[in-house]
Order: sequence, then C-alpha cells, then structure tokens
Amino acid sequence: METNLRPVIAGFIPLLDSAVVVAAAEMGFAEREGIALKLIRETSWANIRDRISVGHFDVAHMLAPMPIASSLNLTSLAVPMRAPMLLGLGGNAITVSTALWADMADAGADPSGDPASTGRALADVIARRRDAGAPLLHFGVVHPFSGHAYELRYWLAAAGIDPDRDVEITVLAPQVMADALRAGQLDGYCVGEPWNTAAVDAGTGRIATYKQAIWPDSPEKVLGVTEKWAEANPETLASLMRAFSAAADWCADPKNNRELADILARPDLLACPAETCLAALSGQIRLGPATTKSVPGFLTFAGGATAAPMPAHGKWFYEQMVRWGQAVHSADALEDVERIFSPDAYLSALGLTGVSTDNVIEMFDGVRF
Amino acid sequence: MSDELSILVIDDNKIRASIIEQGLRDAGHEKVILVDQMDWLVRQISEINPDVIVIDLENPNRDQLEHMFQVSRAVRRPIAMFVDKADSHSIEAAVDAGVSAYIVDGLKRERVKSILDMAISRFRAFSRLSEELEEVRTELADRKTIDRAKGILMRSKGLSEQEAYDLLRRTAMNQSRKIIDVAQSLVIASGLLGD
Repeated sequence: METNLRPVIAGFIPLLDSAVVVAAAEMGFAEREGIALKLIRETSWANIRDRISVGHFDVAHMLAPMPIASSLNLTSLAVPMRAPMLLGLGGNAITVSTALWADMADAGADPSGDPASTGRALADVIARRRDAGAPLLHFGVVHPFSGHAYELRYWLAAAGIDPDRDVEITVLAPQVMADALRAGQLDGYCVGEPWNTAAVDAGTGRIATYKQAIWPDSPEKVLGVTEKWAEANPETLASLMRAFSAAADWCADPKNNRELADILARPDLLACPAETCLAALSGQIRLGPATTKSVPGFLTFAGGATAAPMPAHGKWFYEQMVRWGQAVHSADALEDVERIFSPDAYLSALGLTGVSTDNVIEMFDGVRF
Repeated sequence: MSDELSILVIDDNKIRASIIEQGLRDAGHEKVILVDQMDWLVRQISEINPDVIVIDLENPNRDQLEHMFQVSRAVRRPIAMFVDKADSHSIEAAVDAGVSAYIVDGLKRERVKSILDMAISRFRAFSRLSEELEEVRTELADRKTIDRAKGILMRSKGLSEQEAYDLLRRTAMNQSRKIIDVAQSLVIASGLLGD
C-alpha cells in the first residue's frame, strides 16, 4: 500500500496558517489522494526560498508575495515559481506597545480596531512626536516581500504617514516580535497569529487593527511550487491540491478548532500553548486586556473556490512592490504575475467550473483595484 | 582597501562558530569576527563592515539580514547575493551543509569560493561530530537499560549475569527483535508489575 504513495516533501514555517499543510499530513488527507506528504519545519522564509530553489522541497507553505518576488528575480537564489492555491486568508494583525496605544487612544483611536481611525490616531501621535523632537517609531514585519509589509505600509500611507520617512520598518522573525516589543526595540509590528495574541496576553501589546479590516478576505499564505516541478508533476500537484482542499475544509470546521489547536501546539510544530492558537482559529480576538472582538473571517481556511488564487491578488501584491520601490513596473512582469496567480490549475484539479476569476479588490479606504 | 578580507561568521552555536573561525584562520584569514548575540544585528554589521558574511541556516535572523542588504542604508557598502547565482553546485552544497554566505558586491568570486568551501566542510564535520556524539549517548543509555534488564532476570530467575544476557539475546533472536528492545520491554513490564 505505502509503496504506491507518491512522496512529496513540503517545507513550512511554524505559524497558525501552516494548519492546512499540517492537517493534510496528520489527518490522512494526503494519503487518501495517494501522496506520502513529508513536512520539514523551517526557521526562516529565506530558507524556504533557498531550499525549494535547490530542490530540497517539492512544495512549500509561502508568503503570498514570495512566488512573485522569486519569479521576477527580486531576491537572491530566485527561480520561476507558481502560487496555484491559497492556504490561508487573513490571520495577521498590527500590534503596538501599550505605551504607544495609550498615546493613540488619547488621539481618539477606535478601541475596536477600525483601521481608518487607528491610522489617523497614529498619524497624530507621529506629528506630535516630530514637533517634540522624539525619535522615529520603530515597526517590525516578518519579510520585505510579505502581506505583513504591504498591509502595514498600506495602513500607514492611507493615514498620510510615509512608511519610509516617518517611521522605521525592520524585519524580525515572528516568534521574537513580542520580545522585541517588550524590550523596547520595536513600538509596533505586523505579524501573523498567534504572535499578536501572545503580546496582548503578556500585557505588553495592544492590537491596533488587523488584516481582515484592511483588506477583507485577502490571501496570506500560498502553496509555493517551482514552475519546473509543477510542469514535471501536474498530476501529483492536482492530487496534492485536492488533499489540501479537503484539509482546509476540515480546518475551517469550528468543531475541529480544539483538535487543530492541540495538534498545532505540539513541540515539533508551533511549540506554543494550545490556548494561544484558539483565539485566531475561533475568531474571538483579544484586542486588549479588556476588549475581545468577534471577527468573522479573521483567519480563513477554505477549500472550494475560496482557495483559488486570483490574478487580481497577484497584481495587488505586484503593485505594492512597485509602489514601495522593490520592483520596476513593466507590462511583461504584470503578465508573469497573472500567470503565477492563475486559478486554472486549482479549479481544474477540484473540478470547479463557472467560478468568476475577475474579482475586484476593495480596500478599507475605498480604493479599488 | 587592504587586501585582507574581513569575514563575519554569524552562528548561534558558539562551538561550531569557533570551529569555522579556526579553519579560516588556519587558511590564512586573519580578520574573522564571530557574532552569536543577535540583538542589534544591524548596528553590529555596520560597525564591522565585513566583506563576506557566513550565516547558519538555522538562524531565524536570515530574513532580517537579507532585508538589511536591500535597504543598504544600514550597511555602508552594498552587499549582495548568496555567492554567485550561477554557481549552482556551490549553492546546493552550502544549503545541504546548512550554511549560507553573502558577499560584498564586486568581490572576486574565486576568493569567496575558498571561504565558502571551508565553511561547508567545517559545517559538515561539525554535524558528523554531533551525530557521533548522539550515537555514543544512545549507546550508553542502551547499555544501562540492558544492565537493568539483566539485573531483573538475575534477581527473579536466580541467573548469573552471563546467563541473564544469554537469555535476553536468545529471546531477541527468537522474536527477530533487537536486544535493546527486549530489554526495554522487560524493564517497562517489570516497572508495571511493581518490581
């Protein structure tokens, strides 16, 4: 029996949204599709990129903009890649230190995390700090080519804050963000769960706003695969996506929240308390010590059409790369991006027809793409 | 600019870092700096201003390092690339060994290659050493378990040490199992029975 299974090696970073990949391996979804899925935990996104480039991994759990950055040769050791499926939507938040939150609250920041209001309050605080000659506020993101970087920048810029001039933005590993906040090395950060809840629970941070409010139902992690591997193994890729789709449906079922949290909390996976995982899985977000908010879709796992990448998603990420000086705009690149984020392979693997693929993106400030 | 290359080795594992340092010094590189403390990495690097950076792949600060190279404000000279992109063999060997290297733009590839090769071989030697150490540890633990199993048999069946060992070995052979597995079962069972 086992000898008939096709081996697939997947790299992942220990985060809540590695749940689909983890569940596919742990709950038998991969095996049911004839795949022996082997997971390898990694410590940095650079390692994920390097190891998929040299062929250590067949596929990987990746930041949505990574396959674009890799294909457009914007990082070292880059190879052409595809993002044929979404592994998670939403799930990030922007946390600020309790001291910064106190200043923002004085400036009228909405305690329930409305991004327009909290952004305006932050702009006020920054203007006052500038007048007082205080040093720039320091923010952290997990990678230069990440949804986190673009969400933080978008939120800042929408409030009239220049992310390159009015604040300092640096890159830190997700698991050390809360410590850096406590140590005063950061005033705020944008990171995936559970690393926002961790700071709130520790009493050092306050969630100012979150991804679902900034860009509702937006892609966060994708299945990353090299173009070479995708072209050489179309059937294995299709089976794998069916397995992930079934796993995503299982992860999305509230009945399974507790079991999923217990699995993810294991020392060989996230190595954190299961309770910390539950906030985002259940959508009951503790914004501050006394403010819990129900955020439907805070972190979404879904099979079906929701997991299909859309060219518009890819174009939004590419536009942010151009906007922030990481890439030069070109029509050729835009075509590549549409191919990288094409839903075709996924929809055909799942046998889904009649899905609209020309969706419109609407941001919290009303800007449409 | 002096001809001497300054090499920064970033590694959380102090022992491995010093093994690499020694290797580089033996190869004639005098300016080798070790960093194991990850706080204020940006400031440390801009102060050291290295020509080559060698970092272990287990280090979660790799993403921070790469970001720093992109916004070269933090570092006085532009730093780029994981050796040379075209040299896929070196890259694979490095990733296999668990190390990555970044070099200052424009530095001669041949000079960097020897540094990277040294780091790769030292990384490999270190992981071999770690594996051997682990084997020795397991072996010691195994031997203790077998001794305990022998003790249990000697007490409960009145056997000599040699007879107890022979019994363990015979049982293992009859059941096509390893002696250590039989010994472990016996120790666990004996614990359950309140021996």
